[in-house]
Amino acid sequence: MIVTLHSFLRHWQRAPLRLLLLLAGLALATALWSAVQAINTEARASYARAVDELGARDLPVLTAPEGTIPLDHYVRLRRAGWQVSPVLEGQWQSGSEAVTVLGVDPLSYPGAPEMSRAAEDNDLDLLALLRPPGVLFAHPETLPDLDGSYHLLPMEQLPPGVVLTDISLAERLLDDVGRLSRIVILPDQPASLPPLDQIVPELQQNAASDSAMADPERLTRSFHLNLTAFGLLSFCVGLFIVQGSVTLSVEQRRGSIRTLRCLGVSAATLMQALFLELILLALLAGAVGLVIGYGLAALLLPDVSATLRGLYGAPVEGSLTLRLSWVLSGLAMAVLGTCIASLQAFIALRRMTRNLSDAAVMRSAGRTYAMCGAASVLLIATGWAALNLVQGLLGGFMFLAGLMLGAALLLPLVFYGLSSGLLRLTRAPLLRWMVADSRLQLPGLSLSLMALLLAVATNIGVGTMVSSFRLTFVGWIDQRLAAEIYVQVETPKQAERVLNWADRNGARALPQFRSDSRTATAPLRIYGVVDDPLYRENWPMVRGDGQSWHRVYEQGQVLINEQLAHREALRIGDEVALTPTWTARIAGIYSDYGNPDGQATVALATLQDRASQIAVTQIGLVSPPGVSLGALARSLRRDLNLPARAVVEKNTVRSASIGIFDRTFVVTGALNILTLAVAGFAMLTSFLSQWNRRLPQLAPVWAMGVTRRQLAQFELLRSLSFAVLTFLLALPLGLFLAWVLLNIINLEAFGWRLPMFLFPSDWGRLFLLTGVAAALAALVPVVRLLRLSPATLLGVFAGDR
Amino acid sequence: MTDRSNLLRTLVALLSLPTLAVAQGYANLGSEAEGFAVPSPNGTLSFPADHAAHPDYRIEWWYLTSNLRTNSGEDLGIQWTLFRSALAPDNTEGWQNPQVWMGHAAVTTKDDHLFAERIARGGIGQAGARTAPFSAWIDDWEMSSTDATLDRLRLKARADAFSYDLQLNAHGPLVLHGEQGYSVKSADGQASFYYAQPAYSVTGTVTLPDGPVEVTGDAWLDREWSSQPLAPDQDGWDWFSLRFDDDTKLMGFVLRGARGDFTSGTWISAEGEAEPLAPGQFAAVPQQWSDVGGRDIPTAWRVSLPARDLSVTVEALNTQAWMGTTFSYWEGPVRVTGSHDGTGYLEMTGYGD
Repeated sequence: MIVTLHSFLRHWQRAPLRLLLLLAGLALATALWSAVQAINTEARASYARAVDELGARDLPVLTAPEGTIPLDHYVRLRRAGWQVSPVLEGQWQSGSEAVTVLGVDPLSYPGAPEMSRAAEDNDLDLLALLRPPGVLFAHPETLPDLDGSYHLLPMEQLPPGVVLTDISLAERLLDDVGRLSRIVILPDQPASLPPLDQIVPELQQNAASDSAMADPERLTRSFHLNLTAFGLLSFCVGLFIVQGSVTLSVEQRRGSIRTLRCLGVSAATLMQALFLELILLALLAGAVGLVIGYGLAALLLPDVSATLRGLYGAPVEGSLTLRLSWVLSGLAMAVLGTCIASLQAFIALRRMTRNLSDAAVMRSAGRTYAMCGAASVLLIATGWAALNLVQGLLGGFMFLAGLMLGAALLLPLVFYGLSSGLLRLTRAPLLRWMVADSRLQLPGLSLSLMALLLAVATNIGVGTMVSSFRLTFVGWIDQRLAAEIYVQVETPKQAERVLNWADRNGARALPQFRSDSRTATAPLRIYGVVDDPLYRENWPMVRGDGQSWHRVYEQGQVLINEQLAHREALRIGDEVALTPTWTARIAGIYSDYGNPDGQATVALATLQDRASQIAVTQIGLVSPPGVSLGALARSLRRDLNLPARAVVEKNTVRSASIGIFDRTFVVTGALNILTLAVAGFAMLTSFLSQWNRRLPQLAPVWAMGVTRRQLAQFELLRSLSFAVLTFLLALPLGLFLAWVLLNIINLEAFGWRLPMFLFPSDWGRLFLLTGVAAALAALVPVVRLLRLSPATLLGVFAGDR
Repeated sequence: MTDRSNLLRTLVALLSLPTLAVAQGYANLGSEAEGFAVPSPNGTLSFPADHAAHPDYRIEWWYLTSNLRTNSGEDLGIQWTLFRSALAPDNTEGWQNPQVWMGHAAVTTKDDHLFAERIARGGIGQAGARTAPFSAWIDDWEMSSTDATLDRLRLKARADAFSYDLQLNAHGPLVLHGEQGYSVKSADGQASFYYAQPAYSVTGTVTLPDGPVEVTGDAWLDREWSSQPLAPDQDGWDWFSLRFDDDTKLMGFVLRGARGDFTSGTWISAEGEAEPLAPGQFAAVPQQWSDVGGRDIPTAWRVSLPARDLSVTVEALNTQAWMGTTFSYWEGPVRVTGSHDGTGYLEMTGYGD
């Protein structure tokens, strides 16, 4: 056994380049997969930390429509027996950095044990938590930004940018005394308490997920699923490389395998030796892959965390932690992947040990294609079935997987058909030879071509999806930002002052009144808007007609967002329950990107009439003719003494939103390029691994007078033709992928459907990239051909039996 | 209290007299340096003002225990305690207030011991003690009166497994322990201000897991505050409040110290006249130990006061009356037999966490 393994491993000594390729392929596959896993794990760990930090996330909270709760409401609840805990939250400017301060009462706060532990770990008297100067807990990244006149303690569990402290210090930092942001309802309550709405009718009870602390895991699930899908795709592409290399390595060891058999080594021992060899290689490559993957994740994570923070408000740190589970799962993936990718090599080895001839293997190619075709149909059918049978996002992704793999398997069949057809059509001998030769290479090349097909199609599909989304999003946000200036208000009194000011200054005001409610399954926010032509003209409708707004203002009907319509299967004319006592007819459906929850818009009068608790948080202003936006904003800030951030111009909101959007897909773009690179690498591996076999085929052609230079050109041409053909096949597949992403995946993930736009210039760029990849892949064989000495070619004949 | 934080433990440790003493180092020096007031033998108590909180002293409590009997003749005991612990001697309004309040409530029957705990910051109205009218409260647990005196009280507490609502009527005067309320706690002279109303008759309702029961019985209220009551070597105490059938009463305590026990107490006549006991007069010796959640706790005692020809056996109604609160101790109703018969309450600290 040892001897067999030793002789197997010796093979690589003679073929170091191939060993390098095999290891690199596997390492790349592992790297991409584990990078994505590391990013996902890190993000989830950050959410979990955030949950810990808040401690109260899963607990229901009481909030006030006005935004802040007078302290005596808390005392009233306590005096009635309710076990509740106060939270004061606000933005605090600490030096140059603005941080979120969470003020809590450590005597009742569910996360208090963490505070105690952190204090004890730093040898700080626990009583210091409650006494001046006070203790600020923050993530180690955030600590340097904080004022050193307080005790500063690191708390890894906190997301960066959040400072946890005693409520007495929070009051001083935020200069906000006697008020609370929310009241957490603790889990254990005494029996027979008076109902909450009797004690504090002014407050409303929210599931925690409705608040600013919305569960980021829920919001970001589809984002992570996307990443995982990408990682898996990269892994598959990487495995194609491994598959090619391993199969080839077995075939090349035909001689030594025969010798070993003759020496009496059993077939089983040979199989075991191959298996051991592969495990060794997989572990080695897996380890390298993990190192690369870790680096890659560290490189990508800042973008991902910026995305998640911007888009979902989900806190993710910009740094990675090395986790044992991640290392083990990465290695396991590498070993498992190698085993799957080597199945064909094992079959080849078995055949070999049974002394099947070369020719028989070649003859079976036709049968292999037929099997590929059957498998392809089966995969696509399974995917289709999954789409219809499996609910939600998972079904969508299963469909995508089936479709992509099925289409890839179809590729060799298409090539085989094309080349056979071409052979029938053409009479030129050299061309015929070239086509026939290419067809002969097909079995060895097809896997890397499949990888290329997948990479190109994914590029086109995802690229089209992102660009379509962006175009729609930008158009939508331009429509949606109807007003020119947006004023954030905190209290009804402040709102009234802004409205009066607008009236005096001739600006049109579009106050956004809202009331929070729930449907049976999810939170629902109801907006009440004034009758302004801006809404009628600009509001981006998905379904509706010229009469929609009329029906809203005159007949008390409602507009709902696309998410709600999709989730509850609602159409125009249907009735929707907005609150337990308020049902309204739907006059239109509008698009509402970037918001996971249901939303409804009614006339302000209707809202005031039907909803019990109404708050106004934002007022849009349209400047009077002849007054510049800047001047209006400045005088508004000055007259009402509003902080700069409370008055925002339309363009600022617009560019911030688009900036967030663009960041979201930075990672997608990076993964796109990487996948393509892996596919190019797969092609290079294939070309190289065919090199030895090519010589006996090239030598006769050379002998007949075709120069090495011509042969090199043919080689390059062949590679480029394959790439071009693959691209042409990948284009429709990619577009279909984009359609699926826009209409199925997006709908399931976010509840909105997006129109699809085509971007031919992107295809052109990708086409060039594919060509470059193919040319690069062919470069090594071409250079070798050019440098090939005639003696080597002659040697082929000498060695020929 | 399933999730107890260390912070609470630390805070509550302040209420534990020995810990406080240790933290302070030696006697008055430490406490004065931190600005807390210290009981003085020249101080006189004044009512109703002293029924309210004394925020310039470090610790204080309103401690009510009651021996009750249900309509069907079952004995039970209830405890209602409000502790105050100051991190600094001031009483500012709002969250900056350094006073921390803790409430303990319990119901003890022969077979069951139910207890609950409440903790609150001072300064915002969630907990406190005031006069005119008198009220001491934390959350919805409250000991209150319609006037400034402690003569007629309503006592309420509610937890997830029990609640009670009782009316208390005093039929005797307030009793000042020690020298006019100045109660010495060690041979070194550590002391507290200490008075009591030991003669309440009680009616009301106690709600147990099986439902509400009407109860009648007696209750005893202790009021005590100080900044430095124990000597450094003292690590726990056994405290008795006994009510005999002839309406005489005995309060006695043993402070267990490395340098020997320190005992003291008060004999209270049927008319409510108090006679302070000199150190050593009161004696209590454990008779029987019980396993209480893995701790060895004396649940039957031989109590003697030779000056009054008193020699009685004090036995726990329920040996398992462990207060598994943040700061834990044993507290439960007792039966008294021997030269005098009666009922009462026993509190024991320093027998383990």
